[in-house]
Amino acid sequence: MARITLDGVAHSYQTDSAETTYALRRLDHVWRQGRAYALLGPSGCGKTTLLNIISGLITPSSGRILFDDKDVTALPTEKRNIAQVFQFPVIYDTMTVAQNLAFPLKNRGVERGAIERRVREIAELLDLTKDLGRPARGLTADAKQKISLGRGLVRPDVAAVLFDEPLTVIDPSLKWELRSKLKAVHRALDVLMIYVTHDQIEALTFADEVVVMKDGRVLQIATPGQLFDEPDHTFVGYFIGSPGMNLVEAEVDGATARVAGQTIQLARRYPKPPAGSSVRLGFRPDYARLSSEGVLKVQVQKIDDLGRRRLARVKLGPHEIFATVPNDAPINDGMANLAIKPERLFVYVNDERVAGEPS
Amino acid sequence: MTDKPINNRAWLLVAPVLAFVLFSALLPMMTVVNYSVQDTMGANNFFWNGDGWFRAVLDPSTESGQRFADALFRNLSFSFVALLIEVPLGVAIALCLPRRGWVVGLCLVIMALPMLIPWNVVGTIWQIFARADIGLFGATLTGLGLHYNDTQDPVSAWCTIVVIDVWHWTPLVILLSYAGLRAISDAYYQAAKIDGASRWAVFVNIELPKLRKVLVLAILLRFMQTFMIYTEPFVVTGGGPGSATTFLSIDLVKIALGQVDLGAAAAMSLIYNLITITLCWIFYTIMTQLDRRRDA
Amino acid sequence: MSVRLENVSVVSAGETIIDNVNLAFERGTMNVLLGVTLSGKTTLMRLMAGLDKPSSGRVFAADSDVTGTPVRKRSVAMVYQQFINYPSLTVYENIASPLRVARLAQAEVDTRVREAARVLGLEPLLDRLPAQLSGGQQQRTAIARAIVKGAELVLMDEPLANLDYKLREELREELPRILKQSGAVLVYATTEPLEALLLGGNTATLSKGRVIQFGPTADVYHHPNHIESARVFSDPPLNEIAIVKREGVIQFGDFHHAPSVGLLSGIADGAYTLAFRADAMSLTEAWPNSLKFDGRISVAEISGSESFVHVESPHGVLVCVEPGVSARQPGQPVTLYVDATRVFVFDRAGAPVAASQ
Repeated sequence: MARITLDGVAHSYQTDSAETTYALRRLDHVWRQGRAYALLGPSGCGKTTLLNIISGLITPSSGRILFDDKDVTALPTEKRNIAQVFQFPVIYDTMTVAQNLAFPLKNRGVERGAIERRVREIAELLDLTKDLGRPARGLTADAKQKISLGRGLVRPDVAAVLFDEPLTVIDPSLKWELRSKLKAVHRALDVLMIYVTHDQIEALTFADEVVVMKDGRVLQIATPGQLFDEPDHTFVGYFIGSPGMNLVEAEVDGATARVAGQTIQLARRYPKPPAGSSVRLGFRPDYARLSSEGVLKVQVQKIDDLGRRRLARVKLGPHEIFATVPNDAPINDGMANLAIKPERLFVYVNDERVAGEPS
Repeated sequence: MTDKPINNRAWLLVAPVLAFVLFSALLPMMTVVNYSVQDTMGANNFFWNGDGWFRAVLDPSTESGQRFADALFRNLSFSFVALLIEVPLGVAIALCLPRRGWVVGLCLVIMALPMLIPWNVVGTIWQIFARADIGLFGATLTGLGLHYNDTQDPVSAWCTIVVIDVWHWTPLVILLSYAGLRAISDAYYQAAKIDGASRWAVFVNIELPKLRKVLVLAILLRFMQTFMIYTEPFVVTGGGPGSATTFLSIDLVKIALGQVDLGAAAAMSLIYNLITITLCWIFYTIMTQLDRRRDA
Repeated sequence: MSVRLENVSVVSAGETIIDNVNLAFERGTMNVLLGVTLSGKTTLMRLMAGLDKPSSGRVFAADSDVTGTPVRKRSVAMVYQQFINYPSLTVYENIASPLRVARLAQAEVDTRVREAARVLGLEPLLDRLPAQLSGGQQQRTAIARAIVKGAELVLMDEPLANLDYKLREELREELPRILKQSGAVLVYATTEPLEALLLGGNTATLSKGRVIQFGPTADVYHHPNHIESARVFSDPPLNEIAIVKREGVIQFGDFHHAPSVGLLSGIADGAYTLAFRADAMSLTEAWPNSLKFDGRISVAEISGSESFVHVESPHGVLVCVEPGVSARQPGQPVTLYVDATRVFVFDRAGAPVAASQ
C-alpha cells in the first residue's frame, strides 16, 4: 500500500457542537508508505483521536479515509490490516514469546514453516531471539512492548503500524534502547509508522515528519529540523526545544523592531501588522548568547548549570527570557549584553509566523 | 514489609468484638472438644475416653465410621457436581452480559435476587415447587415423561438439591466473573481483533487467564458453602429418601440430638471442621501463589 | 529543623532494600535523591516520613530520635507521583484538609488556603473537583496541600513524572521558588539527572539501596567519588571503555593503542575504566589531547536543542551530544574524538583515579 489519505476528516465526541470545539478539526493529509510520522502535542490536543480514526476504532464525524484509493471509513479495525501498539504492553499471558509472535499468522492460516521463518526474522530484528522459548508473562515491560510491536510487524502485508505513547511504562533508563530499536526497525522494514506522543524527544528522534497539534488543530507538519529552525506558530516554537522559544511583545516596522525601549535589526522587511493584533518576536535561547558583542542590554537573574551547557535567565525590560552562556565566559549577576542571530529572529502576528520580504 | 509504628490503643476498640466472639464461638467450641474426648453413661456421669471417639469415627469398619464415610462421600460428590455446573454456567452468563449500559445493572440485580432469599425460605419454596403433582417444576418434568419424584426417588432428590443450589448461588459466580471481566482493559480486545483472533481464542488466551484469581475465589466460596450445606436438604427432603441426601451436617444433628450420642457427634463435627479448614487453606495457598507468580 | 538518618537499613524477606544509609539534611535546603527506579528512593522517603520503620538504625528530626514516632506525630508533608487528592472535596477543601485535622479556626484556614492557592496559581479553581482539573492542576493542588501545612519536612516522590513534558519544565522552575520561602527541609526524588541539575541544592546519588555520594549538586556531577555515582548522574548514559596502560601507552582491547594524553598521562600502569559523558565526545572537533576512534552512526536522537548521536565503535556503542538538530544518517562512517582532559578514570573497582578539576 502506498499511502493513507485523510479527506476532510473531522471529529467531535458530542453531536451538534461548533467546529471550534471539535476534538479534531478538519484535516486533509496524505501519509506516505515507508515514512515515519509523529503526532506531537499536549494532552487533549486530538492526537489520540486522530490515531484512532486511522486505525478504525473511531468513525469520524465527517470526512473520509482512503487506503490507496479504497474508502475504508466504514471498515472496522480488523479489516484494515493495520497494527497497533498501546500504552501498556498487550501480550497473551499463557503463551511463550514465539507463540505470541506467531499468533496473528496462525489466525490467518499461514503454513507452519512460513510462520517459523517470519517469527525468527522479526525476533532477530527486535533482539528477542534468546527469549523465544520463554513464557511472555515473566519478561520486563520493555521486552513485552517489543513483543507487542513484533506481533504487529509479523504480518508481511501490514499497511501501517500505529503507536499510542508506547514508552509510557518503560523505565527511563531503557527508553533509549527502545527508541533506537524502533528507528532501526523502521529503517529495516520500510513500513508506514505513525507515532503518538507528548514527548518531543520521542517525536523528533523517531519521525521523518512531525505533526504538531493543539486543541484539535494541526499547527505544522514538517521535519524536525524545520520545526526547530522555522516554527510557523508560537506554540510550535514554545513546545519544541528545551527550553522553548522566547516570545516577547514588540513593535515591528519594516526591518526594525522595538522591544522594551530597545531597537533590534531584523533580517527581513515586514509589512505593518493590522491594528489590534498581537505582535511578538520569537527567538530560541540556542541562538541568543550573552556576549560582549551584543547590542541588547539585559539583566542577569540566574545561571543554570546543566552540565553540558549553561542557560541564563535574564530580563529584557519586563520580559523574562532564556539565553545561552558560553561555557568559558565568566558571568556575574547584573547587566550583560545579549546578541541574537538575526536570521533566527521571527515575527509572529496573532501567533502565526509572517514571512516578510528579503531586505 | 517493614514494621509500622504500632498504636496500641487501637486494640481497645476491638476488645468488645473479641469478647463477643469468645463468648459465642470459642466457648461452644470448647464444649464440643470437651464432649469429643469423654463418654457418658447417662445422668451426668462422664469419664475420659481420649481419642476413642475419633478412632471410631475414622474407622470405616465401625458403624459410626461407616456412616461418617458415607456422609463425607455424599458431601464431596455434591460439591463436585454443583461446582461443575455452577462455575462454567456463571462464567458463560457473565460473558453474555454487555460491558456497558444501564441494562447490565438491571440484569445483575434481577439475577442476584435468589441470593437474597433466606435459606430456609428457599427450601420451603422448592419443597412446593418440586412436588411431582402440583409443583411447577415437578409437574413439568413429570409431564415431559421423566420419572421424577423428589420424595421417593433418590436420584430425583439428589438432582433437586443440586438444582436448588445452582439456582440459589450461580448469581454469585456471575457477579464475581463479571467484575473480573470488566477489569480487563479494552486494549486487549482491540489487540486481539487486530490479530484476527476468533471469539474462542479471545476467551482462552485473554479472558480465562485474567479470570484466574476470580475463579479461584469463586470456587473457594462455593466449595465451602456446598460442603457445609444444611438448610435446603433438611427442609426439602429431610435427608431422605432413606439416606440419599443425608449430608454430614444433617447426620451430625441426627446423631447429636436424635440419638444423643454426643461424643460421636462432637468428634465428627471436629473432624468435619478440620477438613473444611484444610481445604480452605489449600485454596488460599493456591490463590496467593498465583498472586506471587503474577507479580514476578 | 534538620533531618538525619543514621546507619539506617531496611531488610525485607531476606532482601536488603536499604543498605546502611547515613544522610543529614539541613533546614531550608533542597535535597535531591537521584537514582533509577527501585534504587530505594521511595523507601528512604517513607522512612523519613515515619510510614515505615527501619530494620536497624535511627532517624532523627531536630536532633531528637523519631525512629519509633508514628507519622501522625511528625511534622511532614508528602507529594506523590500520582496526584493524590480527595476526589469528593473541592480544591479549597483539599488544600484545607490538613488544617482542618489540626483544628485551626476557619479564618486562619481561609487565609492560609488562599495564600497557598495564590502561590500555585490555583485561585480561579478553588471551587472545582479534582476530576475537573488537568493533570498539572491536580498536582499543583497536591503541592498546595503539602505546603499549607507548614510542615518542616516536605517530601516529593517524583512529583512531575506523570505530567506532560512541557508542564514538567514549567513546574520544575516554579517548585524551588515556591518551596524556598517555607524554610523547610525539602527532599525530592527523581530518576532524571537533568532535574537534579536544575533544582540545585544537594544531591544524593543512590544505587541498589546505597547512597554513593552526597553533596552540592554541581560537585557530585563534576566530581563523582565512584563510577556508580557517575553512572547514576549521567543522561545520556555514561560512556565506558576498559583500558590498560602499559609502558606509557594506552591499550583499548587488543588492537587499538593510543598515546597517554590529557589526564591519562598522570596515571600509573594498570587496568582502568575510562569513562566520559556525551559532551566530552565530538564528531567534529579534534581537540588537542583527544583520543581518536573510528565508528559508524547507529542512531541520532533529536530533542530540538540537542541531538544525541549513538555511534558504534570497536569498543561498544558510544553516545555523543551535538547541538541543534542533527542531520546524521545511520550507517555513516565517522571519526570520534574524546577530549582526554574531560574524562574520568576509575580503577577496576570503581574508585576515581583521575578527573578534571
